[in-house]
Amino acid sequence: MAAPFSWLRAHPQGLYITPAGVWIDPARPVERALVTHGHSDHARGGHSEVMATEPTLAMMNLRYGRSERTIPVGYGESLDLGGGVRATFASAGHVLGSAQILLEHAGERIVVTGDYKRRPDPTCVPFQPVHCDVLVTEATFGLPVFRHPPIEQEVARLLATLAANPGRCVLVGAYALGKTQRLIAELRQGGWHEPIYLHGAMERMCRLYEEFHVELGDLRLVAGIPKGALAGQIVLCPPSALNDRWSRRLPDPITAMASGWMRVRQRARQRNVELPLVVSDHADWAELTGTIAELEPQESWITHGREDALIRWCQLTQRRARALDLVGYEDEDD
Amino acid sequence: MAERLEGPLMERFAALLDALVYTRSRNAKLALIADYLRATPDPDRGWALAALTDALDFPAVKGSTIRNLLMERVDPVLFQLSRDFVGDTAETASLLWPGPEQAAPDPPTVGEVVVTLSGLSRATAAAGLASLMDRLDGSGRYALLKLATGAMRIGISARLAKVAFAQAFDVMVEDVEEYWHGQVTPYLPLFDWAANGTPPPSGEDLPLFRPFMLAHPLEDGAAVDLGEYVAEWKWDGIRVQLVSTGAETRVYSRSGDDISGSFPEIAAALSVPAVLDGELLVRGNHQGGEAGGAASFNALQQRLGRKAVSKRMQDDYPAFVRLYDVLITKGEDLRALAWEQRRELLEDLSTRLDSARFDLSPVIPAANFEELGEIRARARDEAIEGVMLKRRDSPYVAGRKTGLWYKWKRDPLLVDCVLMYAQRGNGRRSSFYSDFTFGCWDGDPDAGADLLPVGKAYFGFTDEELKWLDHHVRQHTVNRFGPVRETDRSLVLEVAFDSVHASRRHKSGLAMRFPRISRIRRDKPAHEADRLETLRNLIRD
Repeated sequence: MAAPFSWLRAHPQGLYITPAGVWIDPARPVERALVTHGHSDHARGGHSEVMATEPTLAMMNLRYGRSERTIPVGYGESLDLGGGVRATFASAGHVLGSAQILLEHAGERIVVTGDYKRRPDPTCVPFQPVHCDVLVTEATFGLPVFRHPPIEQEVARLLATLAANPGRCVLVGAYALGKTQRLIAELRQGGWHEPIYLHGAMERMCRLYEEFHVELGDLRLVAGIPKGALAGQIVLCPPSALNDRWSRRLPDPITAMASGWMRVRQRARQRNVELPLVVSDHADWAELTGTIAELEPQESWITHGREDALIRWCQLTQRRARALDLVGYEDEDD
Repeated sequence: MAERLEGPLMERFAALLDALVYTRSRNAKLALIADYLRATPDPDRGWALAALTDALDFPAVKGSTIRNLLMERVDPVLFQLSRDFVGDTAETASLLWPGPEQAAPDPPTVGEVVVTLSGLSRATAAAGLASLMDRLDGSGRYALLKLATGAMRIGISARLAKVAFAQAFDVMVEDVEEYWHGQVTPYLPLFDWAANGTPPPSGEDLPLFRPFMLAHPLEDGAAVDLGEYVAEWKWDGIRVQLVSTGAETRVYSRSGDDISGSFPEIAAALSVPAVLDGELLVRGNHQGGEAGGAASFNALQQRLGRKAVSKRMQDDYPAFVRLYDVLITKGEDLRALAWEQRRELLEDLSTRLDSARFDLSPVIPAANFEELGEIRARARDEAIEGVMLKRRDSPYVAGRKTGLWYKWKRDPLLVDCVLMYAQRGNGRRSSFYSDFTFGCWDGDPDAGADLLPVGKAYFGFTDEELKWLDHHVRQHTVNRFGPVRETDRSLVLEVAFDSVHASRRHKSGLAMRFPRISRIRRDKPAHEADRLETLRNLIRD
């Protein structure tokens, strides 16, 4: 008999389900791929067959064009992958369409979380805990210094800064997929009903969210708006545009960034950020450890991020854990 | 950005620190500090100012106190991993602090924090610090720990704080610098003078430090007219100010630290009331050659940083001061006079001083700038740092004033080394591999020679180059030792340095002064990097 769980293997370019010949979030083009969510480091182009949720497929389509075969899977739906492997999707609460994947084979249950969070998010379905023998978890914010504050508090700080600086605008660097739409939705809930201005690179993804019935309110492009009209307004752009020449068209912007990394002062300084907003679409330390404690898998396999600390925590609490060496996942802007 | 100036006083100070951390522009920093100083009552603003200028010292609280405090509450490995990522012990501790088990009293004032910290002994430090931590939020804890360990490192120089003080109360910064020294924290008379117009605090009878006059670097290719400027050697020792009231003499370093204890023979040798500016050196046969020569900086280093100094030390490394300038004699302030007039008075004064301890920095006899350039080019053999150019009519003014004094450093030495190890930086560079250890070949690399480390550098590169180097290190790691990575020995770095000395501390037998990365030589194969003998031939000890 094969060693337990040996049918799922970690290769540098991704997780591989041997009996089915299917990859999960592979970094290179493959024949058959399960994709957990639409971020470009997980959803790459060029696969022949892609199995993912409708929103994830739409995001990939937007970015890479159609794959040869796409198989849409809803939360709670199962697929027979072949080779005696069944895959069932569950919501991950990370971004619109993000999924965990439960794999069942030979009586063993492995859950691959992909990226996830446990905090409420008006733009996506909340994380659903799934019982399993092995939990393959992310660890992007896998250090005990990461405790994300409530997002309402960060939105309130943004609005207070705006109010205290009439004549200036607040320019928020935010990841174009997920972070941006969540921030917009939270701003709406926090009482901000003015138009929100966007860098051109963010428009398509916001429209896609709206097509999936996520209400974002009045969104406008910065291009063509006179400088003066942007005073007192909120402008969103990709993090890469924060210190770019692009921002010169704005009226004396206060540079903000929405990211879990903003918890660490020097990370904010590296980005020249004046108003760090600690907003993350990933699980923080309490969520990562709390999820392992809640599901009590026999083993935890820890992928991309700061796996050392999470493994240490597992050791301290007498839990089995190991690190998977996967490459290619980028977390700088999360 | 508008500053949060409400709330309890320690939290207000914490908000100031945070705002300073996130503010880049000097003017915005000045405005933040000035607003704080105006809006905050005594004595909190004085304590805050002392904290910003590193004037507080709580010997009972050490970096290890904080580490130990956390180790009792957090797993040591998790603490260390967090510290490595955050790049700062105080910030790590402020983020990891678990918070009080029961409701704690209200946040303290800065004054209360200072009083509590001052009253701590080694034995009570941990408990005292912990009870303060419990009363503060994350930002407050960060501010507390920064204040307690005296390691603000937020890019606020003492000078900037003084300028902000001057701006807050609309007084002259020169006056602030002058009155500041000799004042004790929390500077109540200083605030009284600046904010309420009472007479300035007096320091006439005390051997007080006066701010140094400093030089701008001479731009590459620029020239000055030696009719207007006089040239002197830039001696390779440490700049000192000697202050004597006649009864008491002190030796101050560039930063205004009292180093009289390290150089008792200098302090003892000056008994005329005066304030003098000069270079502290050790006797030897470099720097100025023949009679009355000075040893290289390496020799002086044996004497630096000692609290007490043995007779033997004084005999082996006899110190003296090469005089540059005179600021005050016999109670008369000469700083407004022209350099030429002060020089005349200095020459006159120096004849009355002990020649074993004091001599005069000579003027370089160059007819014109071209000739000076030739003299400067030969200066390496004399282990001189370069040339100073001083305007003949310049008054002695605090800080750097454009056009008055220039330093014209000699060109650096260059050597091609191979990158061997890299370490993550601190602070702003905490996620970057930014400290580089490099080596040279101990023979012919094609005949099996090995690389030996010859130095370490963490500056000289641009932000773009740093990103590239960081990427290179991550892609070429062959070994990890904690925060250090060993790289494959493929990258050649051109290293610039001021001089190289024999050293028993290093396996290579060499120590460089001021090494910095001058170029990344992606074009050069590692085996073509320089050998140790190249460096050894540059030793001038």
